[in-house]
Amino acid sequence: MIPAAFDYVRAGSAAEAISLIGQHGSDAKFLAGGHSLLPLMKLRLAQPSVLVDIGRVTDLSYIKDAGDHIAIGALTRHMDVEKSSVLAQHAPLLAHAAGHVGDPQVRHRGTIGGSIAHADPASDLPATTLALGATYVVQGPKGSREIKASDFYLGFLESALAPDEMLTEIRVPKMNGAGWSFQKFNRRAQDWAIVGVAAWRRNGDSGVALVNMGQTPVLASSVAGALKSGASIADAAELAVAEASPSADNNASVEYRTHLAKVLVRRALEQASA
Amino acid sequence: MQIRVTVNGVEHVSDVEPRTLLVQYVREALGLTGTNVGCDTSSCGACSLHVDGEAAKSCTLLAVQADGAQVTTIEGLAGKDGSLHPMQKAFMENHGLQCGYCTPGMVMAATSLLKEIPNPTEEDVRIGLEGNLCRCTGYHNIVKAVLACAGK
Repeated sequence: MIPAAFDYVRAGSAAEAISLIGQHGSDAKFLAGGHSLLPLMKLRLAQPSVLVDIGRVTDLSYIKDAGDHIAIGALTRHMDVEKSSVLAQHAPLLAHAAGHVGDPQVRHRGTIGGSIAHADPASDLPATTLALGATYVVQGPKGSREIKASDFYLGFLESALAPDEMLTEIRVPKMNGAGWSFQKFNRRAQDWAIVGVAAWRRNGDSGVALVNMGQTPVLASSVAGALKSGASIADAAELAVAEASPSADNNASVEYRTHLAKVLVRRALEQASA
Repeated sequence: MQIRVTVNGVEHVSDVEPRTLLVQYVREALGLTGTNVGCDTSSCGACSLHVDGEAAKSCTLLAVQADGAQVTTIEGLAGKDGSLHPMQKAFMENHGLQCGYCTPGMVMAATSLLKEIPNPTEEDVRIGLEGNLCRCTGYHNIVKAVLACAGK
């Protein structure tokens, strides 16, 4: 399958990318690693008239210790997130989850920013950064602004990004000393999660988010709230789907997803508490 | 759009439509048909080749994205005298193929894997090849071949 024809322009910097996307209007799309966008274009589910290639904006590929958080450039590839020693030390949950995105070939090309901006509820990194309480930095023609992960995901493949804004950085709070777990249930190793759970616990606080349990990645606040007020892991896990609205597909019915979510949240909390 | 790509050590300057996929470019423009198209949806890995030394799925890359890159296809692995790459030899000696369709992609993924993990366990190999499907289900000997190539 060959995508429908489009015009292709290449940006050398974030500023140039934003200016180009502004010139070409809402029918233009950013191309980073292309591993979410190109499959959609081949299937004609997306048909942008212009692609602004930001894949060469290499100054947005970095993982830096920024004091109380780790700053990750939006164009950092999954493989670099997976293998980052800075993340291994301060936010190992994110590095581990990045190692479960697709397969090595996909992780060589796909970027963390592309995955988050695509806002697919079935993707691993939107939910993982949501669980971690991340903040996203976006840049537009009028400057940059910060959006909390919990305010970012608005609907299926829909985010708070304006059409002329570009995600530039992901800020993840340091999680030193936290217990954590990433549970991904699928039938083939490279597949999307049928249901996934990212969770951490530290000193009575916790964060739990669900993959593929609704139109957006889901923050399971009820689970964290129950743990905070002293509930057992088993009781807290029963609240796994309080915020979720799963749908059925070829892999799983709503009932099966609901069951999986509870089981996987329990397993994740047990692992994060061990 | 004009692109300049080095494929198997030879530089090519070509005019391509932006929507040309890298796999289409190497197969149709350069005639390097060793790289197969399988699922065409970045699942099966049959189209794996190396971009700047790392395995990538060429059905999900535009040729324009490879502008300026070093690309290696299965044709570029063997020596100029035709001697097989150690991974190709290991696949042959361990019967790491049945129908052979997935083999070029498997070999390219496996050589990339050994660059990243030179001394893999069996589990490393099985997980490391998660992006490549063999519909003959010949995984056992494929894993054996990769381990043999790694000297195990």
